[in-house]
Amino acid sequence: MTTTETINTPHVSHMHKVETFKAEAKGVNLYYKDFHALKDISLPIKTNQVTALIGPSGCGKSTFLRLFNRMNDLIDGVKITGEVMLEEQNIYRKGIVVDELRKSVGMVFQKPNPFPKSIYENVAYGLRVNGYDHKDSIDEIVERSLKQAALWDEVKDKLKKSAYELSGGQQQRLCIARALAIEPSLILMDEPASALDPLSTAKIEDLIYELKNKYTIIIVTHNMQQAGRVSDYTAFFYLGELIEYDKTKTMFINPQNIKTQNYITGRFG
Amino acid sequence: MMSFIHKRIKQKIAFSFFGLVSLIVVGILFVILGFIIFRGISVINWGFLTQMPEEGMTKGGIFPAIVGTLCLIGGSMIFAFPIGVLSAIYLNEYLKETWLKKFMRSMTNNLAGIPSIVFGLFGMALFVNKLKFGDSILAGSLTLGLLALPVIIRTTEEALKSVPDHLRIGSYALGATKLQTIRRVVLPIAAPNIITGLILSISRVSGETAPILFTVAAYFLPKLPHSMFDQAMALPYHLYVLTTSGTNMEASRPMAYGTAFVLIMIVLIANLLANAFRRYFGKRNKMN
Repeated sequence: MTTTETINTPHVSHMHKVETFKAEAKGVNLYYKDFHALKDISLPIKTNQVTALIGPSGCGKSTFLRLFNRMNDLIDGVKITGEVMLEEQNIYRKGIVVDELRKSVGMVFQKPNPFPKSIYENVAYGLRVNGYDHKDSIDEIVERSLKQAALWDEVKDKLKKSAYELSGGQQQRLCIARALAIEPSLILMDEPASALDPLSTAKIEDLIYELKNKYTIIIVTHNMQQAGRVSDYTAFFYLGELIEYDKTKTMFINPQNIKTQNYITGRFG
Repeated sequence: MMSFIHKRIKQKIAFSFFGLVSLIVVGILFVILGFIIFRGISVINWGFLTQMPEEGMTKGGIFPAIVGTLCLIGGSMIFAFPIGVLSAIYLNEYLKETWLKKFMRSMTNNLAGIPSIVFGLFGMALFVNKLKFGDSILAGSLTLGLLALPVIIRTTEEALKSVPDHLRIGSYALGATKLQTIRRVVLPIAAPNIITGLILSISRVSGETAPILFTVAAYFLPKLPHSMFDQAMALPYHLYVLTTSGTNMEASRPMAYGTAFVLIMIVLIANLLANAFRRYFGKRNKMN
């Protein structure tokens, strides 16, 4: 796999800028009551690249991930300062409707969490709640999303069956399909393979590699090998601070900070 | 070795005793049920279920009391079910953990602790007198509904709590609003347990005597109610009348057992329904 130098996509190429990012955190601080969970984080998320967030438990990487679809808003006592940009817009400015924002950001969770509905309805859910009700086009989007999530061949004959009849790995790919159906401009993955067996994990990793042709992905992972395999850029968090950010290859071969080096080589965390 | 055997023997004695106690509990239930069935079943026939009481309630049937009780069940649920479910949704899904929520929850629990005769008195003061509904099915239903509210609120809240949070979060992440999440994800999963709560409160309401005493129940009214402003007979009160204040107590005693039998059957059927519901839908919605 190659880390591409150009980050231009048709979407941004017409803009006369040297470098545009799909998303970007600018001086973000997050407080949970008295706890300073994210300390002045600035980090660009490059378009059509996979950015891995790594660091020991409690370092703030999952909290950082949740900034981009404002999931931290669901927790009482959270206060956020700074700017988080998505497609050139600060998603924390006044007037942003959070439900609308979340339509453009897909999220995949640690534990597969399909709804107790049919496979079809799981994928269609995001469309239905956002007001799509044209049956033919929903059929089409469901099929396309399941294909993108590399699940179609396994489920095409049992779309009406409950999602709970699928294996854990299939359920997670269903959750990815569910997120893809709303055509997000950014996909957040919070340790998407940590509850899965090695074979299912490999499938998810292949899928991430495929998806980056069309999507921008941020992935939180505890697994160094996984970060090395799937990501183009890596950000290392420690105690709420962003310690180092670089191309994954560069960082894994030649980390600049001793903490990064210790973590990557498994000396702590 | 000795102390080891000693421990084993102690344990055996202890658990034999616990077993005996629980056997007694089950035994008592069976004795009550058996007694009512044994005494009551002999008067049960089609006529008993479909005729008016006759000859000072020593002959005929208990048809108006059955109809009255069914009206009261229906009336109280029409009132209590939506209010109970909606306020439980508000409590569990919308309200954050503040003093207000704690206050509302403890008030709901206190409401459940109020003796039912007090509900009866309150119902008479408010519905019968103040709102001038008179002794009527409406007043009785509202009073019984108040009694059922805390049961419905609590079971609904438990049902909502049993819906795992990661499903709500998954729904929000797809751009669903809170209301959409409740309607499309939370309620379908919680529904069987909510319905179970409804049925259990029906069995509670159908047996209550005190709340209907001053609000609806008629001593003897050998005709069916025509509107919700009519008085009505009801099974539990009819049982009370037959047992304590009939014209000929000896002759009406079998009728009392028959009434008790019918009442118990209504409660039993409601409970069996609740169980069947839970099993059927529980299987359908099984979580992984």
